[in-house]
Amino acid sequence: MSFFSFGQSAEIDVVLNDAETRKKAEHKTEDGKKDKYFLFYDGETVSGKVNVTLKNPGKRLEHHGIKIEFVGQIELYYDRGNHHEFVSLVKDLARPGEITQSQTYDFEFTHVEKPYESYTGQNVKLRYFLRATVIRRLNDITKEMDIVVHTLSTYPELNSSIKMEVGIEDCLHIEFEYNKSKYHLKDVIVGKIYFLLVRIKIKHMEIDIIKRETTGTGPSVYHENDTIAKYEIMDGAPVRGESIPIRLFLAGYDLTPTMRDINKKFSVRYYLNLVLIDEEERRYFKQQEITLWRKGDVVRKSMSHQAAIASQRFEGSAASESALEQAAKEESG
Amino acid sequence: MADAIADTRRLYTKPQNLNDAYGPPSNFLEIDVSNPETVGVGRTRYTTYEVRLKTNLPIFKLKESCVRRRYSDFEWLRAELERESKVVVPPLPGKALFRQLPFRGDDGIFDDSFIEERRQGLEQFLNKVAGHPLAQNERCLHMFLQDEIVDKNYTPSKVRQA
Repeated sequence: MSFFSFGQSAEIDVVLNDAETRKKAEHKTEDGKKDKYFLFYDGETVSGKVNVTLKNPGKRLEHHGIKIEFVGQIELYYDRGNHHEFVSLVKDLARPGEITQSQTYDFEFTHVEKPYESYTGQNVKLRYFLRATVIRRLNDITKEMDIVVHTLSTYPELNSSIKMEVGIEDCLHIEFEYNKSKYHLKDVIVGKIYFLLVRIKIKHMEIDIIKRETTGTGPSVYHENDTIAKYEIMDGAPVRGESIPIRLFLAGYDLTPTMRDINKKFSVRYYLNLVLIDEEERRYFKQQEITLWRKGDVVRKSMSHQAAIASQRFEGSAASESALEQAAKEESG
Repeated sequence: MADAIADTRRLYTKPQNLNDAYGPPSNFLEIDVSNPETVGVGRTRYTTYEVRLKTNLPIFKLKESCVRRRYSDFEWLRAELERESKVVVPPLPGKALFRQLPFRGDDGIFDDSFIEERRQGLEQFLNKVAGHPLAQNERCLHMFLQDEIVDKNYTPSKVRQA
């Protein structure tokens, strides 16, 4: 905003073409609050309008160009100055000149690649946003609009169970089993703990979900561990031959998909930590990595629906209306 | 559109052997510190405590043992464990040097309530330590708990399954 009351200033805002129909997703901001943003997937087109509204109607606004950018970038909190842009697209909306009345400009970024999921973490942030700018000599007028990107996967072909025998010689032997090694975010961890040898006095057992965010490379690698969940699975002392079942519903926790070496800048990995606590508060634990992935809940649209959308380009045609009706019937039927 | 309901049925488990289910547990270990007795006369008096152990853990040579120990023996054990093992050794009840000063109104370190407090602390200490899987590998612990006399000139070593 300009402090000078003379001269012209303007407000700029960005509106998506599909703002009415596009889904929004909740995403944590850096200060922990949850906000809703438009949700996009890889390959989707980002299109809309940039509205430049003059503050003092009648006065003209001189500028050195108006543009809109689509940016995907990684910010490391300890190195705020350097943003690592992995997607950077720009569309020029107006050549340098002047505008005498409020204007609207259309833009379209077609089939934009969005290779990574949006992430706000303890030490790193990956975000996508549109940035509209009116370039001026002294100070630009700019507006950013954040969007959220989710990366989807399908059921993995190979998803072996995790089964292992661990222990302390002559004191404690257990065999733990988890039904899968890859879980989607709304999945259930089904497993069991089988006691082979119990020579210590166990008081209870719990399973924790630990999120490890790794930033930096080489000698300056930093791990930030966060216990997302603690779930007691046993209260009391087990004996040899006993099996304790595990059933842990993931939907109740704040989880993201596993992210490995994103743009060589950071990773987010998840571990199941099995913890046994004895009568003297001593803790015995075994950590095991699991892979989390995001399952798409987008319905596979029927062919006729897609055809209906295509025919909508020919506005008001009777064919498109009836095709849409037919598709709607098929969806609900 | 219905999401596939996740299969949350329990994994297959082997049925438990009834002897394992209803038999004595393999982690039986009980240590009692009791019967304080003051021995000696005058300034050379000291108090000993009975340390009684009952267990079915194979790491202990004797399934039942009973020895008498004094406070300085406990101090010796604590120092040995700190040096020889990686265990974070819990603290002992206080040394109470102030109780050994003259002109006290009570019996000093031979005061009944003080001895009882100390007895409880020593019992807690031993139960914490003896149940520790790493401490159980130390020769000094076994000597303290089950040998007649504590030989402070012993050679520290690790104990394997008896």
